[in-house]
Amino acid sequence: MQTNGMSQKQKSKFSLFFIAIGMWFVNLFKAVGAYFTKIGKGIARFFVNVYKQFITGGWRTKISHFIMGLGHALLGRPIKAIIYLLMQVGYFIFMFIPGGGIYWLGKLRTLGTVAVEYTSECTMIPPVPIEECDPDFITYSKPIYKDNSMLIMLFGVATLIVTIGFLIFYFVQVKGVYQAEKTYVAAKKAYLNSGKEEKFVNPLPTFKEELNSLLNSRFHFTTMAIPTITITTFTVLPLIFMILLAFTNFNKHNGPPNKLFTWVGLQTFQNLFSSQGTNSFGQALGKIVQWTFIWAFFATFTNYIFGMILAMIINRRSIKAKKVWRTIFVISIAVPQFVTLLLMSQLLKDNGPLNFTLMQWGLIDKQIKFLTDPILAKVTVILVNIWVGVPYTMLITSGILMNIPNDLYESARIDGAGPVRQFMKITLPYMLFVTGPYLITQFIGNINNFNVIFFLTQGGPPTGHLGQATYGHTDILVTWLYALTVGGDKQEYAIGSALGIFIFLISATITLILYSRTSAAQQEGDFA
Amino acid sequence: METNNSVTVKEVTPKRKKQSIFKNQRVTRGIVDAFLYILLIVLCLIWIFPIVWLIANALRGESTGPVRYLFPKVLTLDNFKNLFTDTEMPYLKWFINTLIVATATSIISTIIVLLTSYAFSRLNFKGRKGLMKLLMILGMFPGFMSMIAIYYILKAVGLLPNENTPIVPVSNYLISLILVGTSGAAMGYLVSKGYFDTISKSIDEAAEIDGANKAQIFWHIILPLSKPIVIYTALTAFMGPWGDYIFVATITRGRTEAWTIARGLYDMINGGQEKLGRYFTLFCAGSVLISIPITALFVFMQRYYVSGVTGGAVKG
Repeated sequence: MQTNGMSQKQKSKFSLFFIAIGMWFVNLFKAVGAYFTKIGKGIARFFVNVYKQFITGGWRTKISHFIMGLGHALLGRPIKAIIYLLMQVGYFIFMFIPGGGIYWLGKLRTLGTVAVEYTSECTMIPPVPIEECDPDFITYSKPIYKDNSMLIMLFGVATLIVTIGFLIFYFVQVKGVYQAEKTYVAAKKAYLNSGKEEKFVNPLPTFKEELNSLLNSRFHFTTMAIPTITITTFTVLPLIFMILLAFTNFNKHNGPPNKLFTWVGLQTFQNLFSSQGTNSFGQALGKIVQWTFIWAFFATFTNYIFGMILAMIINRRSIKAKKVWRTIFVISIAVPQFVTLLLMSQLLKDNGPLNFTLMQWGLIDKQIKFLTDPILAKVTVILVNIWVGVPYTMLITSGILMNIPNDLYESARIDGAGPVRQFMKITLPYMLFVTGPYLITQFIGNINNFNVIFFLTQGGPPTGHLGQATYGHTDILVTWLYALTVGGDKQEYAIGSALGIFIFLISATITLILYSRTSAAQQEGDFA
Repeated sequence: METNNSVTVKEVTPKRKKQSIFKNQRVTRGIVDAFLYILLIVLCLIWIFPIVWLIANALRGESTGPVRYLFPKVLTLDNFKNLFTDTEMPYLKWFINTLIVATATSIISTIIVLLTSYAFSRLNFKGRKGLMKLLMILGMFPGFMSMIAIYYILKAVGLLPNENTPIVPVSNYLISLILVGTSGAAMGYLVSKGYFDTISKSIDEAAEIDGANKAQIFWHIILPLSKPIVIYTALTAFMGPWGDYIFVATITRGRTEAWTIARGLYDMINGGQEKLGRYFTLFCAGSVLISIPITALFVFMQRYYVSGVTGGAVKG
């Protein structure tokens, strides 16, 4: 009877769990849908506003739709007007000069038609014009580079971003004139009606006042200006570029400047995910994703648990010389990570000093293949990661551990809870509650933890998987991405981009799921 | 009356139980402590060992390559001397390069990070939440996915060698490294925003009543109150370039004079068997040398480190 009841209870728990997951996904889709309708509505409202402004605005507003800043000039604010005008002139010059924006946008459709042309040159001495040259002396060696797909895409995307930026300023300007004109006209009307003798005072803020507002009510424009520019050029632009690259066939065989690549739609993704055909990456991808998750899980939790236990041992009341212990572990952080990792790779080599010494001492009689055995290499990587990461976790957790209210433990002890129980029921929940967000970032960080794997094994030992999709046993997604693109001669740029997008989707999904869970837990109020 | 009685009985029983095993507990506690001390010593040995091995190799005199035994037979300081005289591995140049890049990166990104987090923490503007989310999402793309594109942008601008200018001065590479290192700084706003959030808003309000504008509040009130986070941000940014390998490798390629420490030291180990044989002890000596200032910084920063990370993590 009793066991039956238990299993039923468990079953219902199980089904509840799956229902919860299902509901979560339903809610996610709803939220995403709502988000996009919100964006759509926003865009629609924006255009309605633009239209309204044009119809209901005065003549100054209407003029400002064609010549930027003119409205401001007519309202007695010439400096602002000149800045806007310069913006417009600059944009038009940028677009229409030869080799400017329009040129690149036009090529974006095909990514170029002719990559390189070879000119004929006469090698007769003394130099003879090509028309009079003896045919035997004509060489066709000198290349003239024409279209470079890479640059076309780069400058095409840059032009699009500049255009978007310009449009933002354009609409801000129109709106500004529209509102300024309204204020101005109303003030003028009131002035004329009142029939006062003194001069009319322009109600619009002067240029100096506007500059001052950048330090006060509009301080965020000042603070965000530099980050916006740098992030746009060095993060957003490259990202858009790389995302677009995933829809081309850019690889070793058709890379600029000698060859052209072109749009291929979803072909690259198909190559990445399918496991059939000669140039498919699906098999390798499956294995690597598996190992990436195993690695991230163990790397995160071993560090977390061991770091916490170490901190608890050192924090224990009866342990003396706490500072000395802590400092010893901290010293190992101070040596730069890549140094210790490179050092470990030397120390753990098959015929390296550790193996040799262990053999000399008679502890082992065969070399331990720390870094060359497929399974052992994985274990080694995780163990070395513990060595690298535990001191950090110890530092972070020891502060938080001391913050746990002592009366919690005291009452637990009175209730007869042993140290293990105390850890499971008080310490761990408290720590998980406080460091939840930290754990999530650690997990994501480990999925993208390039350094440990790269410096230690460089992805190896090799799996024997041949072709472009070769990979090593300890390769995680990012090290594989590196090996496929910049590190080595495979130069599978399109595949690399698709892989990058895939990694992003994984990180983003995990973050979304975990954050929504922890934040929900945190909203329920403070722990204890 | 009866209920009162039962309560006292309940209170007494656990106390008695405790007294009876008190002696035992003391003994077990002693055993546990002894065990923990042994464990700590073993752990310390494990954690210290690679560093001792590093220093030992830096002092080794009998061979410059990796050897099979652990500790040197001849001690010498020649490796440190050779660091500054070897022409194929210009350590001093790398050190100066790294120092320049690290200092510039640290100053610029600290300013960017602090301004961004101040805006996110204190200024109420349209699109604040959206921008915060956007920066977080951008941060989730693998960093070096965009590396190739960045390389071509810098090439197109003329900072890196292209078809028209095949050779550029070393300073161009350093500027590129600084640009790349600082460009994404704003994405690291989370920790310092968490810290700013803990500073009471009533201080701002009081200052505002006294006629201070937002910029003045930032400079004269928030910044002085956030010294730990300023130091934390600056030092983490400063320490970045000392360990960064991939970006340096991609941007500087084969131009040895423009390398930083990490790129150079990496080459000593993974530049081929021949280089490893000649430069392994030099690598160790070089590593020891850069570890000294970093250790000093780290010890100095330790208390800020804890408060910085937890402050951000908890409040983020």
